[in-house]
Amino acid sequence: MSPKRVDKIATGVIYAMAVIIVMILVALLAYILINGLPHVSWSFIVSPSRVFEAGGGIAAQLFNSFYLLVLSMIISIPLSILAGIFLSEYAPKNKLTDFVRTAIEILSSLPSVVVGLFGFLVFVIQFKIGFSIISGALSLTLFNLPLLTRNVEESLQSIHFTQREAGYALGLSRWETVTRVIIPEALPSLITGIILGAGRVFGEAAALIYTAGQSSPALNFSNWNPLYINSPLNPFRPAETLAVHIWKINGEGIIPDLNAVSTASSAILILAVLIFNLIARSWGRRLYKRLTGAN
Amino acid sequence: MTKPIISTKDVHLFYGKKEVLKGISMDFYPNEITALIGPSGSGKSTLLRSLNRMNDFQDNVTITGSVNIEDKNIYAPTTNKVDLRKRVGMVFQQPNPFPFSVYENVAYGLKLEKKHTKEEIDQIVEDSLKAAAVWDDVKDKLHESALSLSGGQQQRVCIARVLAVHPEVILLDEPTSALDPISSGKIENMLLSLKDEYTIVIVTHNMGQASRISDKTGFFLDGNLVEYNKTKHIFMTPSEKETDDYISGRFG
Repeated sequence: MSPKRVDKIATGVIYAMAVIIVMILVALLAYILINGLPHVSWSFIVSPSRVFEAGGGIAAQLFNSFYLLVLSMIISIPLSILAGIFLSEYAPKNKLTDFVRTAIEILSSLPSVVVGLFGFLVFVIQFKIGFSIISGALSLTLFNLPLLTRNVEESLQSIHFTQREAGYALGLSRWETVTRVIIPEALPSLITGIILGAGRVFGEAAALIYTAGQSSPALNFSNWNPLYINSPLNPFRPAETLAVHIWKINGEGIIPDLNAVSTASSAILILAVLIFNLIARSWGRRLYKRLTGAN
Repeated sequence: MTKPIISTKDVHLFYGKKEVLKGISMDFYPNEITALIGPSGSGKSTLLRSLNRMNDFQDNVTITGSVNIEDKNIYAPTTNKVDLRKRVGMVFQQPNPFPFSVYENVAYGLKLEKKHTKEEIDQIVEDSLKAAAVWDDVKDKLHESALSLSGGQQQRVCIARVLAVHPEVILLDEPTSALDPISSGKIENMLLSLKDEYTIVIVTHNMGQASRISDKTGFFLDGNLVEYNKTKHIFMTPSEKETDDYISGRFG
């Protein structure tokens, strides 16, 4: 076969694969949205769920998902950024750091159920925190940290060495070079990694069943003092998230409008992730602009 | 006779076991342009990078001897490398602007020093870009990304970036080898105009460039400084046969 023919076939195959993947995605999204959106209403979003009768909503679950996301990100983003900076910029190349890298890789492939059981044994039982948002957030941090750290390290590594030289040659210290040159340059890829991590957290169910729990005590959305048990901000209350809610009502739900609640919740879950992505990206773009001054 | 600003004494440098510099003793004088020439791998870039300790970032580098800047050995354990590199700036072979705006590129070092007001920084940015002969090219796009400029403009912005932090010495590592002749010419003229305020050391593969702009030239071969003298002397009446062979293009 002539190289030209091979090139044509390869191009065709690549396009075909891309089309297949896009079609699968579109079909999935369309299926979830078409089935779910008709059941979504404002009252569904803002009313509490019910256990026996129809007409319940997902107010608490939706809030719990976001709250858990924010808490676990507050813990895991600084840790992963500092660890990633260390691995990429400071760590000497030797057997120990190679071992750490391998360990991170193995951790990142840990099934989330295992992370959940670990969190259950350690945070819920051993530390006596009980089923709570904080146990869930800590478990999700364990789940997310390896991937985030890897992402930070790779994002920083992708910045060419000549940029570091340029920083040093200007009389910048290593820390200034990392924080003022390398991180701003790597920001778009850092943000992509954080968004992917956030999506994983938002959609995660298995790791939360044993840690954040499957029940949601009634929340009083007018009480924002985190010290009260019915306050939405109390991190020590059990909290069923949206993904866990979908899993639970499909497994053992006895509400008559189970199907409607489940499909509507799925649609909301997807829309929430989408909205979160869009906000994070536009915020990231603005930050990048401010740090680099480039249009 | 003026005192040298930089003075190296018997500098040996090893990458692992390989000896790349074999005892270089060389004086660099203020307000002069010194050119380092020689074939690839002769050690001239390595010597240049040892003048502001840019070799420190590579593994397995051992260096002996001394490099004195105004009678202080920069390889003494008490040396503050950050301060050293503020005094001895460097421009690299490939233009390496930050992917920020032209303005931010030049203002970067200044902003981190936090010693200047916004107005002062604006002024220094303009002065530096003018001194680097790139102001006319970029004055209307100060807030566009430096990466949108041509290679020659990028390199001059990189020089302006170094000028802005006002070093005493500027090291240039083949700054024009990736550029077209017109851009190279602009940079050569600019370097000549900077000589009054700075001490310049330039590594170049371009004999014409060395002879046009430098006051002194050092010829390197296999890690040795074969000959170091006034540029005129090196190019017209070289003392060593190797120098003669090299500048007349018989090898290298």
